[in-house]
Amino acid sequence: MSASPPLVATVSSAHSAARRFLSLVLIHGVLIAGALFMLAPFIWMLVTSIKPPAEIFSAEIALWPKQFYGVENYRFAMEKAPLLRFALNGVILCAGILVVQLLVAIPCAYALAKLDFPGRNLLFVLVLLGLCIPVQVPAMPLYIGLAQLGLLNTYFAMMVPFFLSVFAIFLFRQFFRSFPDDIINAARLDGMSEFEIVWRIVTPSAWPAIAAFAVFSIVAHWNDLYWPLIVISDAKLAPPPLGMMFFADAETGSNYGALTAAATILTAPLVLAFLIARRRFIDGITMTGVK
Amino acid sequence: MATVTLSSIAKSFGPTRVLGGVDLDIADGEFLTLVGPSGCGKSTLIRIIAGLEHQDGGAVTIGGQPVDHLRPHERRVAMVFQSYALYPHMSVRQNIALPLTMSRLKLWQRLPLLRALSGQRRAVMRGIEADVAAAAAQLQLDHLLDRKPAQLSGGQRQRVALGRAMVRHPDVFLMDEPLSNLDAKLRVHMRTELAELHKRLGATFIYVTHDQVEAMTMSDRVAMMDSGTILQLGTPSQLYEKPGSLKVAQFIGSPAINLLPASVGAGGRLELFGRPMSLTVQQPQGQAMTLGVRSEALSLVQGEPAGAGRAWFSARLRRKENLGSEYILHFDLAGRDLPGVTMRTSPAQAASVAEAAEVTLGFDEAACHLFAADGERIEPRGPGVASASIVPLRA
Repeated sequence: MSASPPLVATVSSAHSAARRFLSLVLIHGVLIAGALFMLAPFIWMLVTSIKPPAEIFSAEIALWPKQFYGVENYRFAMEKAPLLRFALNGVILCAGILVVQLLVAIPCAYALAKLDFPGRNLLFVLVLLGLCIPVQVPAMPLYIGLAQLGLLNTYFAMMVPFFLSVFAIFLFRQFFRSFPDDIINAARLDGMSEFEIVWRIVTPSAWPAIAAFAVFSIVAHWNDLYWPLIVISDAKLAPPPLGMMFFADAETGSNYGALTAAATILTAPLVLAFLIARRRFIDGITMTGVK
Repeated sequence: MATVTLSSIAKSFGPTRVLGGVDLDIADGEFLTLVGPSGCGKSTLIRIIAGLEHQDGGAVTIGGQPVDHLRPHERRVAMVFQSYALYPHMSVRQNIALPLTMSRLKLWQRLPLLRALSGQRRAVMRGIEADVAAAAAQLQLDHLLDRKPAQLSGGQRQRVALGRAMVRHPDVFLMDEPLSNLDAKLRVHMRTELAELHKRLGATFIYVTHDQVEAMTMSDRVAMMDSGTILQLGTPSQLYEKPGSLKVAQFIGSPAINLLPASVGAGGRLELFGRPMSLTVQQPQGQAMTLGVRSEALSLVQGEPAGAGRAWFSARLRRKENLGSEYILHFDLAGRDLPGVTMRTSPAQAASVAEAAEVTLGFDEAACHLFAADGERIEPRGPGVASASIVPLRA
């Protein structure tokens, strides 16, 4: 290369620069297309929520309404539906589930990752098998059990099937396995019990994994319609999706502007939570090898 | 302060036998080093003493008390790990204080919220603060107390790990390759510091390393281990001057000992490269032996290579290594398919040898070590060897 005349060098470097530019354009083009595809329903919801009814049903596709109707839609949604109540129910539901899931899954994952006891591998296989069982399978017996105990229409009934998350056990086990044994041994020599090691030494280092799992768990249960629909008939206890359903039936009929406005309000907390935990979420996913 | 006694400690991991009945008596206040190649069982042994691992057979006593039923923290031992094992989310202060909060506060006094109810807690915490400050001052960590481990250099982390071990005044310090992660210069410095710390504290130190230099420079006694047994136990100079087996001879000393093939000739007379020496052994004629000569025992022979009690062979200089105060000369054994030999000598001597020169190397036959084919040390009889100087090799 050094022996060739400078002209050839510039031509070929210009050529390679062009190729690099082209490949960048191609890669970003594909990524942008994918992002648009994912975002389209969300954007459509936002746009619809500020359109007047007439424009919603017009045949043309417009990203901005001719007449800004957002104030009316949002006011209608806020006044007619107990959105704050639904959101509060969602918070109680998600927080309750998440707290119990962490309390159960973290010690369990620690035992599977770091303690040596007979049957450990068998237990782990059982956990993996648990991952394969969809929630619909135990729905019937759970419903009957809750009905017989008179616990239908309670927060507890909404939460109880999800207290034990095999996914959390699996995720935390993967994370804890990479935790140095020496530190655990040092803690044992310093006089800590296994429970204290779990909560005071191992858990503080697992924040990325906890944040990642929290996002999975909260998104799943905030948006869950299936189980609340089965055990909840009281609108006062309804979490966001069920509340939306009650709202759509009773109040709005086909007022899609108000409906999407309500949906926007109810999705906002999730989006905010993810934006706040984004860095940790991504760390947690990459560190545990779950993709 | 305490003695540590191990009696026939055995341990297997599945079918692999890691320790095969280790016996060891460690005196109160002694600095004992377990040295050996990786996988020799030394780390497993120290973890058994700490209580982190359970032996399959045998017993451990510390200070005359059997400790096999005790959990690690009840054994009054502290351990320093190769990776330092600091708690990553705690400051240096919290790291050093942790063993004290564990031993001086009750469980409920350590719990969040509940601990606010304890009136004594504040007084106890003040005492802990004072002890932490004292330990930190001893190790020159005062200005680092509020940092996290991730913000410290390797040497500083090492000090914090030492501080965390020191602060509860254990009877026995267990150190598992504590200097292995440090750079060469810092390692030399920390060697001195550890030796001084041992002198100052007067506690029993059990130190594990694969580095024979660390073993030689710091210890009162060294136990050389291989494949789960102690090959030889003795002072550093005993191991160096009277290695009990070929493995010990090869492991201890830098540069490594020179090994030459010898054989037993007529009348039990030892022969080196076919030339009879003045040493005799009881082995049958024709038996192959290994002769070990330390690099400082070799010297250049000028003129006629002879003299009673001196052996010699010819070699060709391959390379000179300048260490400043001395030279290491690397020789090939001319015409023989053998690894070369090294000689440690003065700069003046080294200057007298030209590159690739053929020279004659000689050594005092009394200074050589003789090993049978199975690696056991053989004491030869001969003019320069006084049999009275033979000391028992195994304790």
